[in-house]
Amino acid sequence: MNDSSLGQVVRLDNARGVADVPAPDVAQAVLKDALSARPFDAAVTAFVLSCLPRSKAPVLWVQDRASRLENGRVYGPALKGVTLLRVEVSHARDVLWAMEEGAACADLSAVVGEVHGAPPVLDFTATKRLAMRSEASGVPVWLIRSGTVEGLSAARERWRIGSLPSEMHPYNAAAPGAPVWEAELFRARGRSPGIWAVRHEGREDRLRFLSRFGDGPLEADHSRAAHAAG
Amino acid sequence: MDRWKRITAAQRTLPDEAVPVVLAAQGSHGPVVHAVNLAGVGRGIMVGARVVDVQAIHPDLHVEQADPEGDQALLARLAHWARRWCPWTVAERDGILMDVRGSAHLFGGEAQMVRDMHNRFAMQGLRTRLALAPTRGAAQMLARFGAQGVICGLEDLGAKLAPLSVAALRLPGDTVRLLDRLGLKTIGALEGVPRVGLMRRFSGVAETVNPLVLLDRALGRSADPLDAPPDAQVMLARVRMAEPVIDPLPWVEELAEGLAAQLARAELGARRLRLTIYRVDGEWRWRDVATASASRDPAHFVRLVTRKLDGIDPGFGFDLMTLEAMRTEPLALHQDRLDGGRAAGADVAALLDRLAAKLGPTKVTWAAWIESHKPERVEARMPALVGAVQGAPEMLGARPLRLFDPPEEVVVLYAVPEGPPARFSWRRVVFLMARFEGPERIAPEWWRDRSGTRLRDYYKVEVTDGRRFWLFRDGIVGDARGGDPRWFVHGVFG
Repeated sequence: MNDSSLGQVVRLDNARGVADVPAPDVAQAVLKDALSARPFDAAVTAFVLSCLPRSKAPVLWVQDRASRLENGRVYGPALKGVTLLRVEVSHARDVLWAMEEGAACADLSAVVGEVHGAPPVLDFTATKRLAMRSEASGVPVWLIRSGTVEGLSAARERWRIGSLPSEMHPYNAAAPGAPVWEAELFRARGRSPGIWAVRHEGREDRLRFLSRFGDGPLEADHSRAAHAAG
Repeated sequence: MDRWKRITAAQRTLPDEAVPVVLAAQGSHGPVVHAVNLAGVGRGIMVGARVVDVQAIHPDLHVEQADPEGDQALLARLAHWARRWCPWTVAERDGILMDVRGSAHLFGGEAQMVRDMHNRFAMQGLRTRLALAPTRGAAQMLARFGAQGVICGLEDLGAKLAPLSVAALRLPGDTVRLLDRLGLKTIGALEGVPRVGLMRRFSGVAETVNPLVLLDRALGRSADPLDAPPDAQVMLARVRMAEPVIDPLPWVEELAEGLAAQLARAELGARRLRLTIYRVDGEWRWRDVATASASRDPAHFVRLVTRKLDGIDPGFGFDLMTLEAMRTEPLALHQDRLDGGRAAGADVAALLDRLAAKLGPTKVTWAAWIESHKPERVEARMPALVGAVQGAPEMLGARPLRLFDPPEEVVVLYAVPEGPPARFSWRRVVFLMARFEGPERIAPEWWRDRSGTRLRDYYKVEVTDGRRFWLFRDGIVGDARGGDPRWFVHGVFG
């Protein structure tokens, strides 16, 4: 039945009594918005970083001044195996221009842009251009947005990411353990939205999506074939 | 001296013609005279004398700093310019040598040509001493020690050279002194001495300073060819329009392809390009662009140049447009990959060019790592056009994903004796600590920090809603470096 890549299923060991959940194809080369559920929460950054393709090629990371002041800079020593080509500009207009240039360059492994608030230049047309460039070149493009986010976006997927209380630390009950994020896919093309608790599994270096509510799958089958049949 | 005059005249008033002016260069015992103006020569100031001595004799002396490197650069440029008279020219330490064999008739004979040279150098404000002789050595000697503009044929070569001093052979000082002591003061006297004696006396001396060898060369007894450097290649593509146009855009592609073809023939790549338009009103306008690595990709040239076209003013139209590679580097012809694809990284270099050209070179950076205790100092930013990618170092402790620089102070609402504050407020939001890990103590760097710098205890703090902060306490109670320690947020974990 699962002839579409969107309908892939991740088998979970039923540790929390969770049933099978369809895992979104996070590495797909389209434009995606990542919104922060709460201010100054680095869960968005962590989620985006773990969704980037594993490759030696550099990642173009563009930041405007407002998001630099609001959320700080990405700290290089915390990144493992990711080469950042940083572009730091003051205006969102330049962020979009640099992202467009990067999205056309197939030798980059990904393009990530950060914009704080909702500047007028970041409208539907701008995101549509980015989305089309990304799909033409095959470079995934992420737009991390913080602050008040208004207006339309042509992003193929829009995520809202927040932190959840972390897991138990294996040796120290008083210490925070491995991070858990809440990922809400609230708008998507070609698949239905959903809410997941996401963990990053360091050993296999992949994301594990768990159903946010321990009551089984949100929907049985997300593939287009199933929709057509229904 | 003439060069100094021209440069100075552009900035300030020159001293009076009657005032002796010397240019001083650094000698082994203080400054020595490097060049003298006419007034100085008239007063008997010698090149090579110490400036303090000359100043003592001539209190009104005007001393300026000499610039030997600049002089050499000017000579090298002039040598290329002098190829208007003949194809073989070389810049020497203090002169230009030209091999005018076969080109004098183009200027109406040798005398006409020498006059032409003198006039054209004078038009540039340069005084010259010219001499034309059948051999290179003889021309050098006559130019410096002979009459102005002397033309010497093969038959009177010996006669013209004979009265000159032996110093004209450009021998080192001690050799000149030795010959002086032997009573050989002129070339004629040197020639009169039996060869065998001279040969024996100077057998151990290098060829370039051996008086006998130099004399043979000057008199044409042994060959002394000129080794002229090749002409600089000009990589320039031009396009002429049948009638004046306003919009340069449709012609850029043709230009880029022409230039790329020229570069490919010479196996060069361009690092700096200049697009010039020649307007119908006689003005011209240009725009420069630079590249991160040598390139001769016409599509890349087009992308770089078209971005700069907005600011170029076409006036009433232009009828000639050129694209020139101002700076080139060797770039061998090579096939990127066997399957015809492009080499990885080529596109990234092109992207760097475009980003740096528009946003400024300092805005586009790679990470550079510095060995330091301070977390904010570990990662530096290095302009991507000059640096290369470096691998990240291994960190011992957990490091936050995002860092605030500088750290932001938090207001402690409820402190506990050990560990981070149980309640704190940051950016006007109150947080309640749920779990924490730490401390990780980071000491100040005593070899770099000021003495008042306090040590930091870092904690990884998780608040009730799951956000994780990297807090630190600046100092400890009772470390005698200021009052109560304050708390800061330095980063957030993902």
